[in-house]
Amino acid sequence: MDFLQLILSGLANGCVYGLIALGFVLIYKATEAVNFAQGDFMMLGAFVCIGFTNHEYMGLNFWLAVPLSILVMGALGYLFNWGILRHMFGQSQTSIVILTIAMGFIIRFLAGAIWSHEPTSLEIPFAGQEVRSGGLVLGIDEVLIVVVTAFLTLAFFLFFSRTRIGLAMQAASQNQLAAYYMGIPVRRVHSLVWGLSGMTAAVAGILFASKGAIDPSTGLLGIKAFAAAAIGGFGSLPGALLGGLIIGLVEPLASRYGPPGVSQIAPYAILLLVLIFRPGGIFSQTQRKKV
Amino acid sequence: MRFVFKTSYDADISLFKHRAQAVWYGLLLLLVLATPLYFVLIGDAYLLGEITGMLILAIAGMALMLLTGHTGLPSLGHATFMAFGCYLNINLLGAGLPWLIAFPLSGLIAGALGTMIALPVLRLHGVYLALATLAMSILTSDFVVIAEPWTGGIAGAAVPDINIFGIEINRYSTPYKFYYLVLAVAILMVWFYRNLLRTPTGRSFTAIRDSEISARAMGINLTRAKATSFFLSATTAGLAGALFGHSAGYVTNETFDLVMSITLLLMIVIGGLGFIHGAFFGAIVVGIIPVAIANGRTFLSTTFDVNINVPGLESALFAFILVCFILFEPMGLYGRWLKIRTYFELFPFYRKDMFKRQKSYLKTDRVQ
Repeated sequence: MDFLQLILSGLANGCVYGLIALGFVLIYKATEAVNFAQGDFMMLGAFVCIGFTNHEYMGLNFWLAVPLSILVMGALGYLFNWGILRHMFGQSQTSIVILTIAMGFIIRFLAGAIWSHEPTSLEIPFAGQEVRSGGLVLGIDEVLIVVVTAFLTLAFFLFFSRTRIGLAMQAASQNQLAAYYMGIPVRRVHSLVWGLSGMTAAVAGILFASKGAIDPSTGLLGIKAFAAAAIGGFGSLPGALLGGLIIGLVEPLASRYGPPGVSQIAPYAILLLVLIFRPGGIFSQTQRKKV
Repeated sequence: MRFVFKTSYDADISLFKHRAQAVWYGLLLLLVLATPLYFVLIGDAYLLGEITGMLILAIAGMALMLLTGHTGLPSLGHATFMAFGCYLNINLLGAGLPWLIAFPLSGLIAGALGTMIALPVLRLHGVYLALATLAMSILTSDFVVIAEPWTGGIAGAAVPDINIFGIEINRYSTPYKFYYLVLAVAILMVWFYRNLLRTPTGRSFTAIRDSEISARAMGINLTRAKATSFFLSATTAGLAGALFGHSAGYVTNETFDLVMSITLLLMIVIGGLGFIHGAFFGAIVVGIIPVAIANGRTFLSTTFDVNINVPGLESALFAFILVCFILFEPMGLYGRWLKIRTYFELFPFYRKDMFKRQKSYLKTDRVQ
């Protein structure tokens, strides 16, 4: 029973990592930019929602605040690409990596300046409620996380396979020039992908903040999400989720059954092992150019 | 306007392009040699310590510059190699080795260890390498705690003084000697680095940076060249770490953290990626920002009675400067200076796109 309980709470954590990784992979797949600030986007999304909901700030209704903060984060993602990243189009990946790392620092600072560095948690209407079934005790927030993640995955799957804009995004990610020739506005598609990823980050942030307290340095959690994305294979949406779940599950199990200190090391050790033995990740999608 | 006539093949790879350049660098050497005189005159060596710190950062920056700026491999884990160098130096000195042997040895062992760790991830490139080194950097602090018998763990370890043939050197009691020591190491490094770039090995690094595919087509053994670059870079970083330890006096598991790795990377980008000068310019910027912020704070609080006390302001300001550089001057401070100089050297003939790099848009262009 103890084991099952651990697995379930690990699952909920893993879903949050998976969602951050999802936003990260979305961007990588479509624009080949690596957003090292995705964790900070998640943190910002959580704080925007806190700013709307909590009584010491605006005190809006929770169900109104959630879509509002998702929209705000979507707009921020769109503007981020439109204002900054679009000008980097065609430059080396390294400079984009460095740029997004720097943006992460700035976001962390701004969040700290606006909402303070104290750990804050989101005031949710269903806090403390539990779901009991057969001796298992689950917080409703954990159940919600798993349900929302499953729903979002399905929605993304349908979006990319059924809608015109989703197909356009896939085309732009496969070959930018050919997509241009087919009349796809690649730049706008890129901005839309950034918006979408901002929204995903907001969802992840809201879920995370409803589960526990959040402070600006929580954005560093993004690093675990990168590990998740790399374990699953960059550029693979199911891979990102799977990687997130693996990390989420390994952490509580390692801290319960392993020697002390292992639970912090475990995710990165797995990452290094995956990178060494299967460099493309579990769902490998890398191509090689032969000389 | 200056015309440089090349009259021999060696002119292409000579250390100085023309005599004026040699004279300028000679003057610079004199200036850095004479700097301590000023502090002797004012009788306060505090700022000299800051300058020494900048020089150590510049050595670490050169290490990363070789890997990222000249071989094109991004590393987010150079603080790890610095930690290797620092702790090895402490232990070798503790084992009774003289500093003149312990110091280079700690760099070499750090380089060998770094290469051993890096070999499996060297097959990766770009983002994956960045991620692997990032993971390495995060794990460093944990491993320092685990390896407590050698590192002192969380409690930390004191760094012994330097002793060269009976001359005791300590950062606080003999700041001038320490400055000259660090300066000597820095100059040796620059000399080595400059010569490396003139050899086939150094040229192969640059070829890999510009295009792995064409480098392979020209018969460069990619893995070998990358491993060599990693070894040289990790060795230099190890030496910088050992000096950093001497400068800090006391190191704990939080000394060589992720922030340090990232700072190094941001530093060389601000200075100018792909130029040795860039490491020094970047180190100066990194050294000056905290001082400037502290001065700005006291100025605001004394004249306007405004107290700004926001944690993280330093790194945010630093990051903001970096974003501006990447957007508006991707070649960094040294690149800006190069452009200004070229403008005057070619006076009426400078064109706007002279330093423009070719962009790549297609995914197929980037698959390597």
